[in-house]
Amino acid sequence: MRSSISLGERITISHRRIQIADALEKIGSGLLFLVTSLSVLAVLFIFIFIIREALPFFRQEGFKEFFTSTRWFPSAAEPEFGALALFFGSGIVTFGATLFAAPLGIAVALFLSDVVPFSVRQTLKPIVEVLAAIPSVVYGFFALVVFAPLLQDHGGAFLGVGVGIIVAPAGMILSMIGADLLSGLMPSTVQRTARIALMALFTLSIASVTFLLCRAAAGIEVVSGTNALNVAVILGIMAIPTVVSVSEDSLAAVGRSLREASYSLGATRAETLLKVVLPAAGSGILAAVILGVMRAAGETMVVWMASGNASRIPAPFYDVLEPIRTVTATIAGDMGEADQVTGAARYSVLFALALILLLFVFISNLVSQWLAQRVALKTKPRPVADRRG
Amino acid sequence: MRLSTRKILDQTFTGIGGLATALLIISLLIVLGPIIVRGMGAIVFRETIERRVLFLEHFGRGNSETVEAERQRALRARQPIYDAIKEFEAGIIVKPLEEAAKQSYREFKEELREKGVYGSEGSEKLIETAKSVRDDFIAAVRLEDNEEARQLTQALIESPHRELLAGTAMDGVFRMAGDYLKTIETVDLSRRSAYTASLLELKDLIRQLLGPFPDDPRPILVRDQYGETRWDRARLVAHELLYKETYAEADSSGMRQGIEVPRVEQFRGTPVEPIFGMVESNLGEMMLPRLTFYWRFITDDSIDAHFFGGIWPSVLGTLYLALFAMLFAIPLGVAAAVYLAEYARGTPLIRIIRSCIDTLAAVPSIVFGLFGLAFFINVIGVSDSKSVLAGGLTLALLILPIIIRASEEAIHAVPSAYREASLALGASKGKCVLSVVLPAALPGILTGVIISLGRAAGETAPIIFTAAVSVGLPLRAWETLSKPSPVLPWTIYNLATEHQLVDQIRHVQYGMVLTLVVIVLLLNATAILLRARIAGRLRS
Repeated sequence: MRSSISLGERITISHRRIQIADALEKIGSGLLFLVTSLSVLAVLFIFIFIIREALPFFRQEGFKEFFTSTRWFPSAAEPEFGALALFFGSGIVTFGATLFAAPLGIAVALFLSDVVPFSVRQTLKPIVEVLAAIPSVVYGFFALVVFAPLLQDHGGAFLGVGVGIIVAPAGMILSMIGADLLSGLMPSTVQRTARIALMALFTLSIASVTFLLCRAAAGIEVVSGTNALNVAVILGIMAIPTVVSVSEDSLAAVGRSLREASYSLGATRAETLLKVVLPAAGSGILAAVILGVMRAAGETMVVWMASGNASRIPAPFYDVLEPIRTVTATIAGDMGEADQVTGAARYSVLFALALILLLFVFISNLVSQWLAQRVALKTKPRPVADRRG
Repeated sequence: MRLSTRKILDQTFTGIGGLATALLIISLLIVLGPIIVRGMGAIVFRETIERRVLFLEHFGRGNSETVEAERQRALRARQPIYDAIKEFEAGIIVKPLEEAAKQSYREFKEELREKGVYGSEGSEKLIETAKSVRDDFIAAVRLEDNEEARQLTQALIESPHRELLAGTAMDGVFRMAGDYLKTIETVDLSRRSAYTASLLELKDLIRQLLGPFPDDPRPILVRDQYGETRWDRARLVAHELLYKETYAEADSSGMRQGIEVPRVEQFRGTPVEPIFGMVESNLGEMMLPRLTFYWRFITDDSIDAHFFGGIWPSVLGTLYLALFAMLFAIPLGVAAAVYLAEYARGTPLIRIIRSCIDTLAAVPSIVFGLFGLAFFINVIGVSDSKSVLAGGLTLALLILPIIIRASEEAIHAVPSAYREASLALGASKGKCVLSVVLPAALPGILTGVIISLGRAAGETAPIIFTAAVSVGLPLRAWETLSKPSPVLPWTIYNLATEHQLVDQIRHVQYGMVLTLVVIVLLLNATAILLRARIAGRLRS
């Protein structure tokens, strides 16, 4: 016998080996788990430390002034910490950006996912990615150095074109639907002529309304190019990629069978998209819009550079051509002065602002996760896609 | 609805989608267009002789002989301007003349003292005479009426005192009086106070255009030691020199309209008048413009707070920061992704972890900045104040979720046949992940890493309080642990909003923005290409 080890021994050895390997595996996966839970720790720490630095402010100054006053003079001899105007500023630019990004983003997502062929889509997607990849300071630089002077000198023309782009297609669709519905009520002999006449009439009136609106918009004087409108447009452009990529994912999740069923019933593509696909992907698209909102609300550099940084609520409040100031820009701008006075109210108030921002983002994020999960449940399960685009 | 209407509506709908996509592409072009075009202007432009001198003196670049020859040539072209200004100035700004007369008087007394005759009776009389000559001269140059000034100066020159004081320092005064007599012929003294202001303005513009006058003391700031280094800027300043912008009460709307008045109007009939013609026709000879390709814009240090030179410290700072962020984020992110993709089951705990990763991705970047300040610097104290290390740690947190998601997706995309084959050959789970799954997922992981590298390089808000300063020298590798650095995004912000002379260094700002955009877009293009290759491989 060459080997002196008996069969039984051999089995024991390999058994021990397996045990060791098993233990190593367990240790390895345990380590991996620890590393993975670092993210939880990070989120926890972010909350803990922002709250820890923010608490002294609320303890010293209370809540009332912070949430109800618009007087923001943190470095005055008698400091005032009314942040209402800042919340308003953040709110209005975020709302404006959403108004801009949501329709455009959803339209682009529909176009990419359901209209163009695969090859075109493959070439168009990188454009959306490039828009998402451009650093925010570059957008801010553009807003301040290129867009603001343009807006100041030719603001009327911009507003006119903008109004035209929105009103004209909407008017076209309305006039077509209106003409069709109204002519349907008439006796069948005159239907055809009535439809054409009505359509011409509607189109003419829409065209004149568009023209008048455009002219009214073109007459508006823009006093300062660094204002809420400027920032809202740029933030909108920045939020579009997020809206597009997340919407596209949920549109893809709807699947072919629903679409094919709708087509086979004789629906056109527009009808399929509007009445079948959009409702099915609705909560996913809502999640996409919420993520876009979060991106706009959390953005710092653009609003800091191009919003005008005037801490007041414009009168009337919907005047987007007035300069405003946002929460994020205030944190970035005031920290430079407050840096040296750790512990003072004007230092901790910035953490209080950050806490409000963090809470807003946290809640929106939970809502969007819940919405995305609903899509996942409705369709087939798939991993949640990259939301940052 | 009728079928035809439905069809038209369908097409309209498609059209709106196309319009939206076109708008998106147009906005991308509008944002990138000016940045690319004007950013190239920082690298390819027409330089003037001033820039060649600057680069010779500061970087030792260029052939000193040719530059010196060119400088002399430019100086010859500029000399008439300097001469004209000097001639005119003699009648307008008389303070130096007064000072010179007083100086001559003091020297005269000094001479007497040296001769040892100071205090004697004869010298008393001499001093008395010299004093009156001095006072007469000062009185004459202060007069603002040509005729009176001419008479007084004439009288001074023809007075017998001249004979008396001949051969002494007081000769200088008589010589100046002679020169001044000539000056009076060309300058309207009654407008002296009006001329003074315009002349100072003109001299400042000439300094800005051509650099300091030959007899100026050397200025302290580098920006004042040279004229315009770029031909486009030189043309702008020359235009400003030729035309003064004034505001006139214009139309009924009450808007004040800016109008340009030729500056030469202020100097009609003076020796300065021809200057404007010279600047208009002969600027090229004075500045000697030449096309240059300044690729070292990226690798040169900046001179005088980005007034001249390149942007290397900021580029280097950006690279350091991105590398630090990667150093921390890649191991953590990939490990977490492996766990989530290969080991984790759908337990509530894992759901919480996933939810936390999503939350981390959603935290606004400015909050990361505050957290970095409060935690990494104030609590842990990785460095005493801002440092590249603290900024890198903050950025690592920011890009961690991106890396986790991209890596997880890449691992999921590895066909399960790979795993099964490896397991069937007897590999343990860990062995299978390390030697089969991870190599197969590597290109996908790399894509995510490259994209997040671009993000780390471009973020501004998290590094404001943790890593960035606006001006500084390039750091050595070990200094990054304790020192802050200039970083591209922050320097862009700083130069565009807080620099003293924002408008004069637009080309630097655009150049920086272009550099940042190119870095980020190159990274993204790499990622996109890499992903396309993976897609191709998976399909085949």
